[in-house]
Amino acid sequence: MSNSIQHSTAEATRTALLAKVQPAHLKDEPLVANDRDFNWVTDKICCVVETKTPVWWWVSMVVALMTASFTGIGLLWLVSTGVGVWGLANPINWGWAIVNFVFWIGIGHAGTLISAVLCLLKQGWRTSINRAAEAMTIFAVVCAGIFPLFHVGRVWFAWWLFPIPNSNVIWPQFRSPLEWDVFAVSTYGTVSVLFWYMGMIPDLAVLRDRAVQRLKKDAYEGAGALAKGMDYFRKNLYAIFAMGWRNAGNHWRNYEMAYLVLAGLSTPLVLSVHTIVSFDFALAVLPGWHTTIFPPYFVAGAIFSGFGMVLTLMLPLRALYGLHDLITQRHIDNMCKICLGTGSIVGYAYIMEFFIAWYGANPYESYAFINRAFGQYWWAYLMMFSCNVFTPQLFWFKKVRKNAALVWIMSIFINVGMWFERFVITVTSLANDFLPSSWGYYSPTIVDILTFFGTFGLFSVLFLLFLRFLPLMPIAEVKFVMPAADPHGHSKDRQGGTH
Amino acid sequence: MANVFPKWVNTIPIKVIVAAILIKTAVIAGFTYYFTPKYTRVGYAPTQPVAFSHALHSGQLEIDCRYCHTNVDRSEHSNVPATEVCMSCHSMVRKDDPLLAPVRDSYASGEPIPWVRIHKTPDYVYFNHAVHVNRGISCVECHGRVDQMKVVHHDKPLSMGFCLECHRNPEEYIRPPEEVYNLDWERPETEEFKETAVGFVHDWKVNPPQSCSGCHR
Repeated sequence: MSNSIQHSTAEATRTALLAKVQPAHLKDEPLVANDRDFNWVTDKICCVVETKTPVWWWVSMVVALMTASFTGIGLLWLVSTGVGVWGLANPINWGWAIVNFVFWIGIGHAGTLISAVLCLLKQGWRTSINRAAEAMTIFAVVCAGIFPLFHVGRVWFAWWLFPIPNSNVIWPQFRSPLEWDVFAVSTYGTVSVLFWYMGMIPDLAVLRDRAVQRLKKDAYEGAGALAKGMDYFRKNLYAIFAMGWRNAGNHWRNYEMAYLVLAGLSTPLVLSVHTIVSFDFALAVLPGWHTTIFPPYFVAGAIFSGFGMVLTLMLPLRALYGLHDLITQRHIDNMCKICLGTGSIVGYAYIMEFFIAWYGANPYESYAFINRAFGQYWWAYLMMFSCNVFTPQLFWFKKVRKNAALVWIMSIFINVGMWFERFVITVTSLANDFLPSSWGYYSPTIVDILTFFGTFGLFSVLFLLFLRFLPLMPIAEVKFVMPAADPHGHSKDRQGGTH
Repeated sequence: MANVFPKWVNTIPIKVIVAAILIKTAVIAGFTYYFTPKYTRVGYAPTQPVAFSHALHSGQLEIDCRYCHTNVDRSEHSNVPATEVCMSCHSMVRKDDPLLAPVRDSYASGEPIPWVRIHKTPDYVYFNHAVHVNRGISCVECHGRVDQMKVVHHDKPLSMGFCLECHRNPEEYIRPPEEVYNLDWERPETEEFKETAVGFVHDWKVNPPQSCSGCHR
């Protein structure tokens, strides 16, 4: 009895309060703007692949290929001469190679986070960026892999990194975090490719069917034989990779299940891969490396840099292909907020490292950090701190987030800052360790520089090919989150719904 | 929508997988058999400039290995004897045998006999003969029954796996020091000897390196 009286009193209070405050009826911005219909989405995404190659694409491709050739030259130089052509020398035997490896691997993390974690958390806004972010992940892993692969020197023996029985009767050193890295990164690469490809199957089938239909209509008079030939090519290419997808109900059921399984498998990878990368440092006893904060700090940094790169890629993409209705201000806002969140964790970690160095009362540890900020590499530390700690704080302001050009420039700062973070961690600790008599100073050689800058070209080449030949957004998944998919507003977790 | 490919295309993936497994197995098996030292090196028996028979000298006449290979227990390199060592006997024994003509020529001219090298470790492997023979590892472990060979051949693979097999379990190969040059010696298969062997390893502080830099310096 008393219970129901209490209940009704509470209810009455609530009603009275609500009447008094008159809460506003807030509605999320729709994830696809301007009331677009399903057909528009299909056309928009498919036409990127189906229309004539734009001039900017060719220009970018040529520039990217030329830049990528730097990596080719650098690696050829290294293989034909030896690993000594890099600027590595005692005491700094880990220079740009590991810096670039961690830099690229970190960038990949945003793709996995978007495709796996945000999928499990039912974040509808992931749909219009996940495909391109996954592509970015894979290409970043490709670029990252080059560095440790060629750092072994005799690259034709790189297969020794894998536990394959051999006539030398030796195994890799399983106690070394570098070996864990091999497994972490290869697992990561494999799962990312599977995820990316599997998610693409329905869209490849769409591209296949559109080519088949155009061939049936045979309306090529104006366009000529080349266009027809291209459609034959497309039909067969996409038919192979669509693996017989017929859009049937049971196909979709299997697809959804497989997607969920892969999302579940990838979610731990978001955390584990960069944790293991951080073990490369944290398991050594060097002051400045040997800290327990490294795993979470590295993971946050990876997601931070990854979202920086997603913004760097998505904003020009949106402008070039006119995708403003699909990548809306809400998407940019969310990405900026993730940068803000992870960037703040990174900033906190920088400060916490100093606190622990003082609190731990270990003179070597405190020296390592004072040396980091004020020693011979002070300029790198300053670069890192200003780019990574101050830049994202601007994302608190809506005005900043709304200014696409500014967001793009800041995303570049994030990329630069995160590269410097890895440089600072790797080089400062090695250059000034326990023994002052063995202190040194590291500078990269021209081969280091060529190899690294070339990877941006390689990355761009792969990304441009992706844009040209593959659907850059998951068509069906974008449709799920459109207001048109929920015309009566029943679904609360779909994006058209109210709070 | 009509099918783009005919139905039999569905069988391609399984065929490709089966073919890939078969080809891979064949390649791995072929490589393991034909391209490892067990095959590429074992059995190498070049014709030497002099028809010297170890079976006669070492086996039948029981001349100690160290009579000719004088440095084996003192140096990392086990030397091939100079012509003078041959002549220490053959200036009196069979001094006019036509088979020994190249030896006499070499002695007269001072030009060494161009023996063909059979056992060769790569230049990045540092193998020390003295530490092995002085710690109870017999010649026979790496060179086989040279005392029974009329023409010397490469008897053991001498691959890295071959080295490591012993470096990982030295007590299974170690023998009493007085039996090192006795290629005929048979290891007693008794518990007692096993204990003795473990004792050798312990007492002589035999600690065969298994790290890379143990042999690759």
